[in-house]
Amino acid sequence: MSVIATPGTTRIDDRTRPPGFWGMVILIATEATVFGALLSAYFFVRATSDTWPQGGIRPPDLSRISVFTVVLLASSLPLFWGERAIRKGRVGQLRIALFASFVMGLAFVANQAFEFGSLEFSASDNAYASLFVVITGLHGLHLIVGLIMSIVVQVKASIGWFDAKRHLTVTVFGLYWHFVDVVWIVVFSSLYLSAHVR
Amino acid sequence: MSLLHDRPHAGELDPVWEDRHGLIGFFTTVDHKRVGMRYIYTSFFFFFVAGLLALVMRAQLAKPNGVVVGPDLFNQLFTMHGTTMIFLFNTPVLAGFGNYLLPMMIGARDMAFPRLNAFSYWIFLFAGIFIYISFVVGKAPNGGWFSYVPLTNATYSPGVNLDFWGLGVIFVGISTTAGAVNFIVTAFKMRAPGMAINQLPIFVWSIIGMAFMVVFSVPVLTVAAALLESDRLFGTAFYDPTRGGSALLYQHLFWFWGHPEVYILFLPATGMVSAIIPVFSRRRLEGYFWVASSLIAVAFISFGVWVHHMFATGLPSTAMGVFSAASLVIALPSAIQYFAWIATMWEGKINFEPPMLFALGFMVIFLLGGITGIMVSSMPFDWQATDSYFIVAHLHYVLNGAVVFPIFGALYYWLPKMTGRMLNARLGRWSFWIMFIFFNVSFFPMHVLGLRGMPRRVYTYQSWLGWNWLNMIASVGAAVFGIGTGLTLINVLWSRKHGAIAGDNPWRADTLEWSTTSPPPDYNFAAVPIIASRHPLWDQQPLPLGVSGPELATESLGVTGAEQRQTPITGGLDASPESGMTVPQPSALPIMLAFGIAVFFAGLLVSAQIVLITGAAIGVTGLTRWAWHTEVDRP
Repeated sequence: MSVIATPGTTRIDDRTRPPGFWGMVILIATEATVFGALLSAYFFVRATSDTWPQGGIRPPDLSRISVFTVVLLASSLPLFWGERAIRKGRVGQLRIALFASFVMGLAFVANQAFEFGSLEFSASDNAYASLFVVITGLHGLHLIVGLIMSIVVQVKASIGWFDAKRHLTVTVFGLYWHFVDVVWIVVFSSLYLSAHVR
Repeated sequence: MSLLHDRPHAGELDPVWEDRHGLIGFFTTVDHKRVGMRYIYTSFFFFFVAGLLALVMRAQLAKPNGVVVGPDLFNQLFTMHGTTMIFLFNTPVLAGFGNYLLPMMIGARDMAFPRLNAFSYWIFLFAGIFIYISFVVGKAPNGGWFSYVPLTNATYSPGVNLDFWGLGVIFVGISTTAGAVNFIVTAFKMRAPGMAINQLPIFVWSIIGMAFMVVFSVPVLTVAAALLESDRLFGTAFYDPTRGGSALLYQHLFWFWGHPEVYILFLPATGMVSAIIPVFSRRRLEGYFWVASSLIAVAFISFGVWVHHMFATGLPSTAMGVFSAASLVIALPSAIQYFAWIATMWEGKINFEPPMLFALGFMVIFLLGGITGIMVSSMPFDWQATDSYFIVAHLHYVLNGAVVFPIFGALYYWLPKMTGRMLNARLGRWSFWIMFIFFNVSFFPMHVLGLRGMPRRVYTYQSWLGWNWLNMIASVGAAVFGIGTGLTLINVLWSRKHGAIAGDNPWRADTLEWSTTSPPPDYNFAAVPIIASRHPLWDQQPLPLGVSGPELATESLGVTGAEQRQTPITGGLDASPESGMTVPQPSALPIMLAFGIAVFFAGLLVSAQIVLITGAAIGVTGLTRWAWHTEVDRP
C-alpha cells in the first residue's frame, strides 16, 4: 500500500483546515509573543529613559529602509497570487510567484546586512543600541529561515509535488512568510518611525 | 496480549504500527506512549535528584552554625533544587502524562505531530543533561532559581555557572513550547467522532488551558533569559542601568512567564484530581461546565498577576493595587473547582484507594497553600513576608503539596494502564500517609520561621535567633517525607514484576483510555470509538466502534484505517469526521535536530565558534531534511 510509505499524508478537504495549518498558526503565536516581549522591553526602557535614542545616537534614517519596507511587504503579493494559482493547479505560475517573493525577501536581508555594517554605534554602547540590534537582527534571522524554507518549497514545486488538491506545504509556508512581513510593520513602526516622535 | 486476539484483525495491525527493533527503535520511536513514559521516568529521576539536594540543605540547616556545606555550595544547591523541580520535574512530568493520556482519552491513535513529540522529549533530555553537567564541572548555577540581575550579570557572577542556567532554560523552553503546540492541535483536531467540546474529559481541558498559557508565556521567559545571556556573553546593555538599561525589566519579563508557570503546573494537577475523584466516588463530577470554565478563567487571569512577585520593588501603588486585586480574584475559579470536588464526594461512595488518598491529601494541603496565597497577595502582608521562610512554606504548599501529590495520585491511578500491572495498595497507603504527615511536619514550621524573621536562602543562622527547634523539626520532616516518596519508587519497581495484572479497566473508570488493553497496543484503538457522552465507559456499553466507510472522512475510523496507519482528523465543536492522517514512520530526524541544538548551546556555553557552527549546521540540515520529509503533499 503506497499510503503506508508516505508518512504525514493528510488528505485535504477544501473546506477544512488540517493539523499542519493549525500547528503553524500556534507556532506563529509563540513567535509573535517573542516579538511582543522584545517590543515591550523597548518601550519599557524608553519610558524610563530621559533621552531617546540614548547616548546621542541619531534616530534611524528612514529613506532607504522605507523603500525596502515596501519591497518586503510587497513580497507577500506574489505569494498570494501563487497560492491562488496552485489552487487551480497552475504550478508554473506558483514557481514564478515563489521565486519573485524569494528575490524580494533576499533584497531586504541584503539591505539589512548592509545597514548593520554601516551602523554608527555598536550593540554594547547602551540599551537603545542593544534593543535596536537584537530586535532587527531577530527579524532578519526569521527572514533568513523563511528564505531557506522558500528554497525547499521551490524545489518541491519544481519536481512536481504540488497540484490543485495537494499543496498544504505552500499554504503553511505562506502563513510563515506573511507573518514575518506583518511583524516587520510593527517593528518598523516601533524602532524606526516612533523613534522620530518626540 | 491474549485479549488482543478477541479484537478484529488485531494480528494484522501489529506489523504496521511496530517500532523498529533494538537500539535503532529506541532512538527513532515516535509513539506517544513511549515518549510519554520517557518523559515521566526522566522527570522522576530529576525529582529524586532535586529531592536529595533539598535534603542536603535541610541537613545543613538542621542546627545553627551548620558545617555540612559551605555558603557557595549552598547557593548552588538551592538554585539547582528550584531550577530542577520547576524545569526538569514538574513541567515535563505533566507533559509526560499529557503525552500519554491525551490521545488515549480522546480516542486518537497518536498525537497530531508525532515526530515533533519525540523531538520535544529529546530536547528535554539534552537540556537536563546540559544543566546537570554544571554539577560535574563544579560550577552549578548559584543565583537562585529566578536569577535576578544585577546579581547574575557578568560583573557580579563571573564564570560559567549562570550561563548553564540562562542557556539551559532557553533550551528546555523549546521542548515545552513544541509540546504545547502539539497538545492544542491534538485536542482540537484528533478527537474521536462525536466527542463534542462539552464532552472532553476535564483532564483534557486542563491540558488545553496549560498549553495556551505555555504558548503565550514561555517565549517571554526565553526573551528574559536570552537578553540576560546576551548581556553576559556579548556585552549588551539590556539590564545594565549604567548604560541606560533596566534591572527591573528582567523581573517583569521573568514573572510574566513565572506566574502563569505556577498555573501551568497547577492546572494539569487539578485536571488529574478531577479525573480521580469522580471514579473513586463512583459518581459523575459535579459542575462540569463550571470546572471547565474555571480552568480557562485561571489560564486568562494568570497573565494579570505577575507583579505580585514584585510588590517590594517600589512600583506605583495604583498599578500594584490592580495586580493585588487580580491575585485575589484568581482564587475564585480555584475555589469553584474545590467546591465541585466536595459536591462530587458529598453524595458519592468514597473508595479510599491510593489515588484517592493522594487527591484528598492534595485538597487539604492546597487549602492551606491557597489561604497563605491570599495572605501574600495583599501588599502590606507581603512586605512583611517577602523573601522570608513564609514564602518558602507557601510555595512548597502549592508546588509540592498541590502539584506533587496529584502527580503521585496520577501515578497510582494510570501506571497500571501504562505497564499492565497494579501498584501495591498497602505500600501506596504507607507512602501516602508518610508523605502527607511529614510534608506538614517539614513545611508547616517554615510559616512560623518566616514570621519569626528567618530569611530564605541563608546557608546558616545563629543559635540565639529562636529558630533552632523549628528548623530541626523541618529537617526531620523533610527526611521522612523523602522516605515516603522512596516507598512509591520501590512500589513502582516492585510492580513491574510482581504487581497484580491490571486488566483493561481496574478502577471501573469512565474515560476512553480504559477501553483498551493495559498496556495499550501500539495503535491504541483498532477501531476508533464513536462518542455520545462525557463518560463513554459508564454510559455507552457496549462502546460503539467506527467502521471504515468509502469516503475520505470516514475511511480512517475503522480497522481498515488502522491497517493503513491512519488516525482520524475531526473538526468543529462536535468533532465531525473530516479526513485521516497517516502517522509518520519511526524517524531519526527528531533526535538529530535535538542533538544539533544541544551542540549549538554547548558552543554558546564555551564560546567556541567551531562548536557553534557545527551545531547550527546539524540543526539546519536536520530541519531542512525534516521539511523535505514532511510529505503532506507528495503525490
